[in-house]
Amino acid sequence: MNTEQKLLEVIDLKKHFSAGRNKVIKAVDGVSFDVYKGETFGLVGESGSGKSTTGRTIIRLYDATSGEVKYNGEDVHGKKSKADLLKFNRKMQMIFQDPSSSLNPRMTVLDIIAEGLDVHHLVKNEKERKERVEQLLLDVGLNKEHATRFPHEFSGGQRQRIGIARALAVDPEFIICDEPISALDVSIQAQVVNLLKKLQKERGLTYLFIAHDLSMVKYISDRIGVMHLGNLVELADSDELYHNPIHPYTKSLLSAIPLPDPDYERSRTRITYDPSVHDTSEEPEFREIKPRHWVRCTTKEFEKYKKELENK
Amino acid sequence: MSKLLEVKDLRVSFNTYNGEVQAVRGVSFDLNEGETLAIVGESGSGKSVTSSALMGLLPKPQSIIKSGEILFKGEDLVKKSEKEMQKIRGKEISMVFQDPMSSLNPTMKIGNQIMEGLIKHQNMGKAEAKKKAVELLKLVGIPYPEVRVNQFPHQFSGGMRQRVVIAIALACNPKLLIADEPTTALDVTIQAQILELMKEIQQKTKSSIIFITHDLGVVANVADRVAVMYAGKIVEIGTVDDIFYNPKHPYTWGLLGSMPTLDSEDEELYTIPGTPPDMLNPPVGDAFAPRNSYALEIDTVMEPPMFKVSDTHYAATWLLHENAPKVEPPESVKRRIEGFAKTGAKGGETK
Repeated sequence: MNTEQKLLEVIDLKKHFSAGRNKVIKAVDGVSFDVYKGETFGLVGESGSGKSTTGRTIIRLYDATSGEVKYNGEDVHGKKSKADLLKFNRKMQMIFQDPSSSLNPRMTVLDIIAEGLDVHHLVKNEKERKERVEQLLLDVGLNKEHATRFPHEFSGGQRQRIGIARALAVDPEFIICDEPISALDVSIQAQVVNLLKKLQKERGLTYLFIAHDLSMVKYISDRIGVMHLGNLVELADSDELYHNPIHPYTKSLLSAIPLPDPDYERSRTRITYDPSVHDTSEEPEFREIKPRHWVRCTTKEFEKYKKELENK
Repeated sequence: MSKLLEVKDLRVSFNTYNGEVQAVRGVSFDLNEGETLAIVGESGSGKSVTSSALMGLLPKPQSIIKSGEILFKGEDLVKKSEKEMQKIRGKEISMVFQDPMSSLNPTMKIGNQIMEGLIKHQNMGKAEAKKKAVELLKLVGIPYPEVRVNQFPHQFSGGMRQRVVIAIALACNPKLLIADEPTTALDVTIQAQILELMKEIQQKTKSSIIFITHDLGVVANVADRVAVMYAGKIVEIGTVDDIFYNPKHPYTWGLLGSMPTLDSEDEELYTIPGTPPDMLNPPVGDAFAPRNSYALEIDTVMEPPMFKVSDTHYAATWLLHENAPKVEPPESVKRRIEGFAKTGAKGGETK
């Protein structure tokens, strides 16, 4: 939250998939949020909540059904020339969940990482290409010698480091991390998270961090958006969200996280989410309930939540 | 409390093209009736191989139980023939697998999959078994069990499928339930439901559970006792409070430190450097020594034995030897433990 400069604006983004005859799956159904320069924006939710689809639509892996994604004020989804697209792709990169299936098994690590360099013509000759890749490998905590190996020779954590090096190769400003640590062991998760934080500090990166592990998201994010059934239901600074959750769904999600603390676990009570508590008299909207804290609610609920907050 | 299971110095190896992989290298523990033991560790630490050995499900012929005893109700399971194991498996000991998507047969109705064990082990007739299947589905909290019993796995969601897998495991009232990462593939909310369900059923049926996981939050929630495994060995074992509030082994410190708490601020996470050892050539001495910043010289020469911390708490690290230098856990881990104790006190008050 350094300068509060908007880097990415997502405005009423929708992504619908058709599922056979007259059936439409509304994976993302009107999501709006901003990501500021230099921050980490966390997106959490259950599987099927549309958090990955949101990430993939932002980077144009999917075409949006409607809505806008603006990067530095420029629409991402509009018609673009090849040259423009290339420029845009260089600024925005992605790290994927499964480090074993997101790396081409037939390519050496050198070629995997250098692919972006080749596409964007960032290196002049073979020597420079190799040097760049070796530097990237060192940056993510691997060795130079790893460049000639193939993905299967690495462990899960190392593969994820290769994925990170690949994303960094073209000097991006913005990286979408789609569950980058879900497939890793606890001790390795911490290593990768520390690496992501270190790189952010050194290079001033902005992250969109998608995950379902809430304690890790809380740790890495400045602000967090909670998604449920294709909609953003709550958005706030991460401390605020954890201490004053307002939407019933957020409350239930938070109460479901098991913490590594037996005494806490013995006394923890889980709140179940009951969608029928919602006021259905009108279509809920996304409203700012207190500065920087947004909740999806109707007018009636808005008043109710506000009182709840004041009484806290 | 009587002992249901005793594992003594279990060693399991796999023969591969590259040589012998020593997956489990001398594991000993016991399990009381009605108790939940959690086994935690990284992938490759041998926790799943240990559980497969208990079930007699090790792939043959490439795996060998090199030594050890698995005493279940006083009988050694290692010496049992495949035929004898078939009578025990699913009846006395059953298992809940990690991936509910692949552990059910997609071409069989849910009901038939539950009935299989009942008909085989308890000589039930078809009609009777079906009635019991409906009861079981009700027990694990599946709505409309009469309808659901005739459906196929693809008509169930992930959480519901895991409930079905649990229903199958429970069908014959097993004495011992082995759950191998039963909630890893599920969302937190569904995970919470499944954990509650398992605890509730345990209270009703008084069965013992071995819970394999790498999620320490889940461990804190379900376990009575915890065994921490590293490189094919148990490095620390104790009650859940021993392990979380008074950990002694540097590896346990590392595991606890690498998880952020909800209050942790901007500090760096404590990490265990490096990666687990190659079990083709397990290192001499303490396998954890190369990743351990507290390693002593003796660690590279001799393996530490199990030191007794208290009646329930044992740890295999030379740091507990009387001649060892006194070391404290790393600051961040200490703060975490203190933090835990605080939230614990708060929890106590509200109770």
